[in-house]
Amino acid sequence: MTSLPAQVPGQKKLGLVIDLDTCVGCQACATSCKEWNTQGYSAPLNDRNAYGASPEGTWLNRIHGYEVKAAEDEQSRIVHFPRSCLHCEEPACVTVCPTGASYKRAEDGIVLVNPETCIGCKLCSWACPYGAREYDYDDGVMKKCTLCVDRIYNKNFAEEDRIPACVKACPTGARHFGDLGDAESKVSRLVAERQGYDLLPEMGYKPVNKYLPPRKRSNEKLKAASAESEIKSDGKSRVEDFFRWADRLLSR
Amino acid sequence: MHPAYSVILFTTASGAGYGLLALLGLVGFNHGPASSLWFGAVAIVIALGLITLGLLSSTFHLGRPERAWRAFSQWRSSWLSREGIASVITFVPALLFGALWLGFIAKPQWIGLAGLVTAGMCAVTVFCTAKIYSTLTTIRQWHHKLTVPVYLAFALATGAVLLMAIASVFGLYQIFQAGLAVVALILTLVLKYLYWRQIDAEPRTRTIEAATGLARAGEKVRQWEVPHTAKNFIMNEMGYAVARKHAVKLRRLVMILLLLTILVTVLTMPMPGLAIPLSIIAFLFATAAAAAERWLFFAEAQHVVSLFYGAERA
Repeated sequence: MTSLPAQVPGQKKLGLVIDLDTCVGCQACATSCKEWNTQGYSAPLNDRNAYGASPEGTWLNRIHGYEVKAAEDEQSRIVHFPRSCLHCEEPACVTVCPTGASYKRAEDGIVLVNPETCIGCKLCSWACPYGAREYDYDDGVMKKCTLCVDRIYNKNFAEEDRIPACVKACPTGARHFGDLGDAESKVSRLVAERQGYDLLPEMGYKPVNKYLPPRKRSNEKLKAASAESEIKSDGKSRVEDFFRWADRLLSR
Repeated sequence: MHPAYSVILFTTASGAGYGLLALLGLVGFNHGPASSLWFGAVAIVIALGLITLGLLSSTFHLGRPERAWRAFSQWRSSWLSREGIASVITFVPALLFGALWLGFIAKPQWIGLAGLVTAGMCAVTVFCTAKIYSTLTTIRQWHHKLTVPVYLAFALATGAVLLMAIASVFGLYQIFQAGLAVVALILTLVLKYLYWRQIDAEPRTRTIEAATGLARAGEKVRQWEVPHTAKNFIMNEMGYAVARKHAVKLRRLVMILLLLTILVTVLTMPMPGLAIPLSIIAFLFATAAAAAERWLFFAEAQHVVSLFYGAERA
């Protein structure tokens, strides 16, 4: 049923907390996600033209890189930005589904697609502001992050392995998994401490996954240093002095 | 948004079909059984044919068309499901209306009710179609109060022109048909013009800074690296920008086609002898306008996710 489950106080909300300060954009989460999910719940995750000039395929996790800059003369900052399903509390991707293939689990809030009943109309991908759902061109159905539902409850795994593949793979510890419905959980405390934020909160989807903003960094030293070296001579190199003179002349 | 050609064919063909069927229902409500059996039969067959063609073509864009029947199940939450159900239910009063109108069922006293219900279901179906788009908050150009009226107006206008064309072919042309078509066409033109003006005037508050949440202190955010080397589904489906750069020209084309439809329809009034060729030309213009408008409706739509892929605003 694509109607959403009733929300109860103390509701379990499993999700991820992604630390944009420590993510280095190594793509380990994306590749381990692909590796796990192409044999798990979402199997197979298609690849097209995999060894050709323009390989593409269905991935459930995508890592963007953004340049953040306050002013033209300031050093820009690169932020690596993993993007996957946020397992929203108000997921319009679920309610628009005409078949009931998309659903939000009452017990833990995970949003899933049943690959047996999805008709591949793609409307859910239109309804998602976060681009979390990708169409599998070979399978004809939508694929999305399952929060590794086939790992996190897997009794065949050791306790420490019962976490999503992306979290397990992250070499810098930038990804955290837990219950965001429990204010005392490790992830909730992390969000409170680091002012974790929602993506596009104004759209009202109430994402469960949170992002931890990059920590503040001082740009002043970098700015001052570069400005100084352009103007003042260090008295050592006549050639450098010549270039400085040329720079001043040409700058007029 | 990438314009799925099957969806454009679906919404223009079935729009004209529902418009025609609704008007036939109202004609039946007003006049009773068909005075011309052949006109009635052909008009109903064309209307249901266009609707069926549209519905079939809409299943072509599905990844799993064989499972399409499942789409009838989620009417509680999904406008797409409601549209599917409404489109199928419409066939019941429509076929009953056809049978009554053509005299297959000898109960002429019921024709008015059947016609009215048919017309109502046609409106409900087109309304549901438009609601699929207008309820998507992710697309500013669709999540707009004029989306539904424009869909209904295009269905009515193309249906009215088609009704005039079919009536002309059967020698049943009346000035009233042309008048109705002109009124519906002018309404469509005005609504679409207002729609374009309003989406242009709307503030574009969604930015890459707001989407990424990385500009708390007013910084500028720019896409520095894309997550993949080739285009993915999201970029193909939501990042379509081909027609956007020709939007001004295409909008003008739609308006010119609508104006030409109005002109040719008006010309049938002083020249009823030429009603057949003129009304067929009018229908071709109207269909072209509807198809171009629908294509533009998709192509001009900017999805919020494009912000994550480097669009500054959406």
